[in-house]
Amino acid sequence: MRKASKIFTILVLIFLYIPMLVLGVASFSSGMDVAKFGGFTFSQYGALFRDSVLLPLLANSLIVAIISSLIATILGTMASLGIHAMGKKMRSLTMAVTNIPMTNPEIVTGVSLALLFSFIGVMLKMNHILGFFTLLIAHITFNLPYVILSVMPKMTQMDPALSDAAMDLGCTPFQAFRKVILYELMPGIISGALMSFTMSLDDFVISYFVYGPNFITLPVEIYNYTKKPLQPKIYALFTLLFAVILLMMVVMNLVQARDERRQKHAADAFTGKGKRVQV
Amino acid sequence: MAKELIRLANCSMEFDGETVLDSINLYINDKEFLTLLGPSGCGKTTTLRIIGGFLKPSSGEVLFDGVRINDIPPHKRCVNTVFQKYALFPHLDVYENIAFGLRVRKTPEKEIDDRVTEMLEVVSLRGFENRKVQVLSGGQQQRVAIARALVLRPEVLLLDEPLGALDLRLRKDMQAELKRIQQQMGITFVYVTHDQEEALAMSDTVVVMDKGRIQQIGRPEDVYNEPKNAFVADFIGESNILDGFMRADYEVEIFGRRFKCLDAGFLKDEAVDVVIRPEDVDIVRPEEGRMQGTITGITFKGMQYDIIVDFYGFKWLIQTTDFQPVGTRIGIKLDPDAIHVMHKSSYSGLFGDYSSYSAEYDEINDPDIIFDEAEGEYREGEDEE
Amino acid sequence: MKSKALAAPYLVWMAIFTVVPLAIVVYYTFTDSITGAFTLNNITTLGTYLPIFVKSIWLALLATLICFVVGYPVAYFIATCSPSTQRILYMLVMLPMCMSFLLRTLAWVALLEDTGIINSLVAKLGLQPLPLIRTNGAVVLGMVYNYLPYMILPLYTVIMKIDRGMYEAAQDLGCGQAQTFARVVFPLSVPGIVSGFTMVFVPAVSTFYISQKLGSSGTTLIGDVIESQFKAAYNPNLGAALSLVLMAMILICVAVMNRVSGGSNNEEMVTL
Repeated sequence: MRKASKIFTILVLIFLYIPMLVLGVASFSSGMDVAKFGGFTFSQYGALFRDSVLLPLLANSLIVAIISSLIATILGTMASLGIHAMGKKMRSLTMAVTNIPMTNPEIVTGVSLALLFSFIGVMLKMNHILGFFTLLIAHITFNLPYVILSVMPKMTQMDPALSDAAMDLGCTPFQAFRKVILYELMPGIISGALMSFTMSLDDFVISYFVYGPNFITLPVEIYNYTKKPLQPKIYALFTLLFAVILLMMVVMNLVQARDERRQKHAADAFTGKGKRVQV
Repeated sequence: MAKELIRLANCSMEFDGETVLDSINLYINDKEFLTLLGPSGCGKTTTLRIIGGFLKPSSGEVLFDGVRINDIPPHKRCVNTVFQKYALFPHLDVYENIAFGLRVRKTPEKEIDDRVTEMLEVVSLRGFENRKVQVLSGGQQQRVAIARALVLRPEVLLLDEPLGALDLRLRKDMQAELKRIQQQMGITFVYVTHDQEEALAMSDTVVVMDKGRIQQIGRPEDVYNEPKNAFVADFIGESNILDGFMRADYEVEIFGRRFKCLDAGFLKDEAVDVVIRPEDVDIVRPEEGRMQGTITGITFKGMQYDIIVDFYGFKWLIQTTDFQPVGTRIGIKLDPDAIHVMHKSSYSGLFGDYSSYSAEYDEINDPDIIFDEAEGEYREGEDEE
Repeated sequence: MKSKALAAPYLVWMAIFTVVPLAIVVYYTFTDSITGAFTLNNITTLGTYLPIFVKSIWLALLATLICFVVGYPVAYFIATCSPSTQRILYMLVMLPMCMSFLLRTLAWVALLEDTGIINSLVAKLGLQPLPLIRTNGAVVLGMVYNYLPYMILPLYTVIMKIDRGMYEAAQDLGCGQAQTFARVVFPLSVPGIVSGFTMVFVPAVSTFYISQKLGSSGTTLIGDVIESQFKAAYNPNLGAALSLVLMAMILICVAVMNRVSGGSNNEEMVTL
């Protein structure tokens, strides 16, 4: 039974990675058609780095991703602290609102924001309101719930006596936050930030409805490309991004593993578990 | 004539290169209340889990009614367990939790109802049928766990430190209750605890364990009055343990003085451990006593005073209801039945001196001993983290 | 640092950029596109789109069920591995989600096309090319492929959290492996099932990219229609109406699922 499950899981994993394989192989192909493998070559990677169209788009995506995840992380962490101090009713309401972007289909979020912006545009008598800022606002909006859902659990898990202890020893509340609480929340903050960054980088649907002609992100451009044949440089880009994100995930993994070990050790020491060995 | 129900023959358990159980030999009789007693890490829970079928011994046999059951999985053994953290099913209410095992056996509905109701009566939880288990108190949850196991009428019930999470008074009540249930239902109980008072109060037989070995098996009175080695003497109650020499049958020498005692059968002049319980020592004026010492500390414990006395560099604990100020010079008298003699063992010298109550206290100040986070133990070496 | 006021900027933000937009959607739904007057026209014209609604729900449901059947065993397997293996497998399942879903879908196009990779192999075997793309099947495949991790991860999280003691207690009371699963593990995994269903069904029913790339004109879904209302035929009012109905539909499905599973925990809905 277990053996069968193991094989099945491996098959499913292979299934999940087939496109990566296809695209990875295509990135080394000299032909234009993904389906047919031309000769093996690094030329696509070379062309990628010399490209004047794709790289600026990538830069755009990165800019939006970095700024929006930064703002979302700060805002979201502050929100988590505030929510933690809330009464039951306020908290349920807030969490319900937080869940809205997550349960809503992306298309509805995108459409609703587009309507909002056009509404504002009409009121401010601006014709071309869609642009960098509308994009940024949209990204921050859908990143916030992820940050909160990452940081909140850490907040509730944290021993409340910790910040009391800090203040007992002379810290102002802000110092207690900086020196103690922040440390406890950090794994949640980091994973929230990383998650926001990845979601932002890859976002297509929402960006598609709120972007302006002057600031286009990579996924949107890729979508527009489908009218023309897709440039193979894209496959090189994809494969590179895959490698980068894989690396990021490995790092996140190690951070989490260390955090878990630390928690377990703290718990064990407290209950006096473990033997004493007189050497 | 007691019938032997369970036997562990030469059972050893290796885990990660470490010997957790070292050739255990144990038999458990039908209708017996047997307790495995020892400090954490001694192997008592491991032994219990081997009986339950959750672990297979690395070597040795487990016999039930004479039949080897090493390879039989838990769900096929006539043994049920009350787990330390109860392990109640959160998605079922009280009634369904108790009925769980019966449903698995496809017992007819009417019978399930009768037996569950009967069980609820036994554990005094009538009226709680439809409660969700998460809202119950610790004591109530524990009774559901007991009922869930007993409703299946096992021949043997295993209990893994079930009273640990309860507060003191409730714990004492539950001890009496468990004993009552055991006798009423005539089931064999195998009970695990580190609380020696609990073990003495409830058991027909106490099995004292340490470091994967059985140190002593016996009735509670025997284990208390006649410990076999320094470990048992120290673990059960308080003991002063001194070095002595057996000069002849019924005569032992400590601190150069000879005392009459009730033990015999040792070699002439054999080096022995001598146990003197703190409550058995009579304090008298210095000139009336066989030995003299100075009081270095006194603590009021309510029931008695704990007095630390220095005899020739060795600290004794004496329990008495008479107050004596610190610094007083006193003498003591020992009746023959206050003295208990044991053979020396690997535990000699480790216990019995009352400079401190625990070994851990001594180690706290020692910078050469570090708490190893990976192993969960103290060891010598450099700090890695 | 215990002040509730810290959450104020966040609440303001969400009010403006989440709550208000939804109100605007409602406003547009009930407004005429040209005159701006109140109208129920947008709602009534939805009737013509009924077959598309049905098709979207049907395909999404199919994809969700397939994801469940495929994903549950995988989640269970991972949850019963050693902790370090679990972390690695978890990461492997999560990784595709972080990669451009456009490109991954395009890769499937390349695989399924008439002149694509699979058909090239088929041709080499001397067989006729298979009509794989531009079918309902291709669309469902695309959905399953893209959203499978969203089913596996919540299931895994819930199953992994089941106390080991539960397994032992079940065995102690007479359950073999199959019984333990049916009576203890499965019922306790229901919150994960609800999570997984929601997280697959919602994007599946509202997708437009997958149906555009892998489907044909016969597989137009709600998402396609909404998209075209906003980009091609500029009728935001109709688009808003469609969106509103879509949202309502999803809310009903989620509410029903929650009721069936006995309520779920809001605060840690999904810890991906």
